Amino acid sequence: MAKMFLSSIFLDPERVARLMEIGKNSFQPLLEGAIIYTIPLTLISFVCGLALAILTALARISGNKVLQTVARMYVSAVRGTPLLVQLFIIFYGLPTIGIIIDPFPSAIIGFSLNVGAYASEIIRAAILSIPKGQWEAGYSIGMSYPQTLKRIILPQASRVSIPPLSNTFISLVKDTSLASMILVTEMFRRAQEIAATNYEFLLLYMQAALIYWVICFLLSVVQGRIENRLDRYVSS
Amino acid sequence: MIKIKDLHKQFDQLKVLKGINLEVAKGKVVVVIGPSGSGKTTLLRCLNVLEQPTSGQIAIEDQVLDFSQQVPKKKIPSFRRLTGMVFQNYNLFPHMTALENIMEGPVTVKGEKKEAARKKAEMLLGKVGLGDKIHFYPFQLSGGQQQRVGIARALAMEPKVMLFDEPTSALDPELVGEVLKVMKDLANEGMTMVVVTHEMRFAREAADEVIFMDGGVVVERGNPEQIFSNPKEARTKQFLNLIQ
Ligand SMILES: Nc1ncnc2c1ncn2[C@@H]1O[C@H](COP(=O)(O)OP(=O)(O)OP(=O)(O)O)[C@@H](O)[C@H]1O
Ligand SMILES: [Mg+2]
Repeated sequence: MAKMFLSSIFLDPERVARLMEIGKNSFQPLLEGAIIYTIPLTLISFVCGLALAILTALARISGNKVLQTVARMYVSAVRGTPLLVQLFIIFYGLPTIGIIIDPFPSAIIGFSLNVGAYASEIIRAAILSIPKGQWEAGYSIGMSYPQTLKRIILPQASRVSIPPLSNTFISLVKDTSLASMILVTEMFRRAQEIAATNYEFLLLYMQAALIYWVICFLLSVVQGRIENRLDRYVSS
Repeated sequence: MIKIKDLHKQFDQLKVLKGINLEVAKGKVVVVIGPSGSGKTTLLRCLNVLEQPTSGQIAIEDQVLDFSQQVPKKKIPSFRRLTGMVFQNYNLFPHMTALENIMEGPVTVKGEKKEAARKKAEMLLGKVGLGDKIHFYPFQLSGGQQQRVGIARALAMEPKVMLFDEPTSALDPELVGEVLKVMKDLANEGMTMVVVTHEMRFAREAADEVIFMDGGVVVERGNPEQIFSNPKEARTKQFLNLIQ
């Protein structure tokens, strides 16, 4: 049985040739999908999400009760609902009340909101982990709250938050495959479309998986470099 | 130079300062001593408004803050710049070199040109004996060296008054001397200083006046000779016996 299975894939020269051909032909559209959609989607959503996360974290640690509550509700709502449901609400739900957004911007909005919520918790914890004495040292040389935040606290907090933020980033790369469900022709959707014509599901999904893996691997290399750079001011 | 009138500070139910009155003339060095929890740190922190007093008045030079009323927020930064603070555990910025620590205030707060700020920072580092350590990060410096950078960082803002909160109490004994020397030099140059310390030798040698605090009030004050050799109050005697 196993032998038959193996031979059917690997020993039949015609089948091997066909698989090689399909693999070769589909590689380019998949890579294109990654370059045109998956990667930009990830980058744009991460940058927007990070900005949103910093604002949310600042709202959470501010003394303002209203801001605190709004920020907490936002984080709770995003974390308490599935990302796929959020994307469906934005892309398929909103048009019923007249708000029509294209697939790609819909995905950007959904992913940014998501990153914003998760990363805000990371950033909030990182800010709170910086000793109070650092704020006071900033104030004592006459710095204002925003100056102390920008020059003293955030640079130190960013070092602490690089590892967990990298996790968020890598999750985001993989989560962009969900955009296939709202018609963004990113890499995974292309894999689905190609497989639908030639029925080589295993081959195409494995190919897509491999490209995701390579992207994430490269990211973890970059993460290591950034960590080394930011670690220069702490003893090892 | 400094005039404190009936200063009170309360944390929730806890009354920490119960009516402090104090005057410090220009160029004088005042050493504050007293048992743990007597409110010494709180007094210093009130002087640069890291802690908002509950009531009372603080005047430094021609700026007056009256805490019996709501103090306008925008008055605080300029008031704070009259004083330089040196912390017990240095509180250097760990992500900046010694030089950058010192340049930070002048560049970010005063808007000085980088080049000018760097020259001044190098000069200050030379003055505290660290001219060869300008590019070191705090973690590469000993406690005594870090504290001297801390002093230089405060001086870079050209304060009228320097506040020291137990600047040597986190240091190994052999490193205390180098910090005290910098402080004495500063006193000799005519800097007005308020120093909380347990270093009685420093108090004897550098102080113009010693203040003994206990329970949130000034119990006794006088010149060092008077306080250390001939204290009047029983509480002062008791405290001095404990630490000597
Ligand atoms: N932020 C705060 N909130 C509540 N209580 C405080 C706060 N800061 C200080 N205290 C209390 O105020 C009292 C005086 O503290 P302070 O630090 O001024 O004493 P100190 O004289 O400097 O003591 P030490 O010699 O131990 O440094 C203490 O009982 C302390 O617990
Ligand atoms: Mg203290």
